[in-house]
Amino acid sequence: MSATLLAVQTLNGLQLGVLLFLIAAGLTLVFGVMDFINLAHGVQYMLGAYLAVAGYQLTGSFWLALLFALIVSLLAGLALEFLIFRHLYDRDHLDQVLATFGVIIFLNEAVKVIWGAAPLSLPIPAAFDGSFQLMDNLRYPIYRIALIGSGLGVALLLYVLVTRTRIGMLVRAGATNPDMVAALGVNIRRLFMIVFGFGTMLAGFAGIMAAPILSVEPGMGDNLLILAFVVIVIGGIGSIRGAFIAALIIGLVDTLGRSMTTDIARLLLPPAAANDVGPAIASMLIYILMAAVLFFRPSGLFPVTRS
Amino acid sequence: MTRLLNNKAIPVILFLALALVPLYSSVFDDRFVLLFATRILILALAALSLDFILGLGAMVSFGHAAYLGLGAYAVGILAAHDIWDAWISFPVAILVSAIFAAITGAISLKTRGVYFIMITLAFGQMAYYTATSLSAYGGDDGLTMWGRSEFFGTDLFANDTSFYLLVLAILLGAYALLKRIAASRFGRVLKGARQNEARLHALGIDPFGYRLAAFVIAGVLAGIAGALMANQTEFVSPAYMSWHRSGELIVMVVLGGLGYLHGAILGAIAYLMLEEVLSGYTQHWRLIFGPLLILVVLYARGGILGLIKGRAK
Repeated sequence: MSATLLAVQTLNGLQLGVLLFLIAAGLTLVFGVMDFINLAHGVQYMLGAYLAVAGYQLTGSFWLALLFALIVSLLAGLALEFLIFRHLYDRDHLDQVLATFGVIIFLNEAVKVIWGAAPLSLPIPAAFDGSFQLMDNLRYPIYRIALIGSGLGVALLLYVLVTRTRIGMLVRAGATNPDMVAALGVNIRRLFMIVFGFGTMLAGFAGIMAAPILSVEPGMGDNLLILAFVVIVIGGIGSIRGAFIAALIIGLVDTLGRSMTTDIARLLLPPAAANDVGPAIASMLIYILMAAVLFFRPSGLFPVTRS
Repeated sequence: MTRLLNNKAIPVILFLALALVPLYSSVFDDRFVLLFATRILILALAALSLDFILGLGAMVSFGHAAYLGLGAYAVGILAAHDIWDAWISFPVAILVSAIFAAITGAISLKTRGVYFIMITLAFGQMAYYTATSLSAYGGDDGLTMWGRSEFFGTDLFANDTSFYLLVLAILLGAYALLKRIAASRFGRVLKGARQNEARLHALGIDPFGYRLAAFVIAGVLAGIAGALMANQTEFVSPAYMSWHRSGELIVMVVLGGLGYLHGAILGAIAYLMLEEVLSGYTQHWRLIFGPLLILVVLYARGGILGLIKGRAK
């Protein structure tokens, strides 16, 4: 593997990591504060991507589409919270899993009915079109760099929000002891709604940012949802910092693993067998990593203590 | 009437009705009903095994479809190497499922609650992606089998009626076995661990081993269901292991009524019939099914058995 390829794959890994972080952050916040497991978080990412495409078709501008998709994602998330999720906070995890599974089934089918089953795409905005001379013989698309940059920007923003603002303080307090926060006169239901809306918007944002480089299709959120689960389990459920670090690890391990395992397998096995075994091992890598982390630290790398 | 519908009568009525399906099918010359009922029974076996750990032990395994796939792939891969004997393929399916359950269970059961749900989901996905990358055995596209397992020269698997009766017998055997286990000391430890783990520890019992054993038993039964499924469809594909299928199995268990074992069978029947009826009206039946599922979770706790019992009171 050459240095150029390694650099490209590292950037691709970072890009996947950033997308995963945007999804995992909302998931882990919602779980941390509300003890609510939301499987529908993945379809909210999908919805963001579809809304961006719809917004682009309406306005012809990426930036207006971004604004449109962010607002409608937020509204859709709040509507789901008001109609369904609100009634599930006091239920056990099994009920939450089932009801949000129902939401997934419905929304995956709904986008098929509205936009068709064929994959859609969103053009890369003109400002970020083209590529960038990164090394001597390496050009990398500007949009993908912008994606990584905006993800890191959101991570920084989240860090400031959670550690430096009043609402962030309430979120942290709510994750530790929601009853006590409610007893101190904080409207915990409203706090839940804000956190939920914010998480939804992050997932929607990830979908919008992914739309120009991935194909927009029904079920596109399902695979990322499961990767996001792996991320928050490794990072420690409820921990934003854990989600950030774990997302980057998973993004890098998965991307680099896929490009390297076949080569490594070739060192040990005949080429035909290596071509079979390589991809199989590559697709298992992150789960093996997760199993290893959990074996030594059953509550993840940065466990949040809940009283 | 209400007295008839108590807990003991329902499974008896249920299995009697299931035993009459081949008769109905031959009298009315309706082959579809028999094939559809076979499919229901196979998935009911998987749902039953899930209810054993989910209902009794409160282990919300979201990767149970992996065992369906493991069992199916054991049969399919052996068939691809021209080994058709059921007395080889079924023990292999059982062994593979048991090993997978023992390894993933040992890791998953160290965790609790949401962690357990997500980890079993992740292990299920691991099995799924591994199957999609098996390019020698069809990869994404799956593997067509061109035949069914053989059993000492008889057409036990090849004949639709005898295959149905075989599946029914296995389901009945699994039900009786799990019912017995549930009533034994082993089953009481599982239930006790669900209710109050600290008390069990105080009694000097560490539930980990019991949970792991239950997890392996459930995995093996689902693996057998997978081996049967490969025989019914004569086709094996990674889709058997998708997490949607795992979710469907949980839906079946909860729809029927959690923790009664025969509830899982009722749930599988209800789920697949509902799917069949709704998809007869529209290809977008999921638009109806999704909200229906949410309504069931929100308003119909206890599932079908809960409804029957509520009325019986």
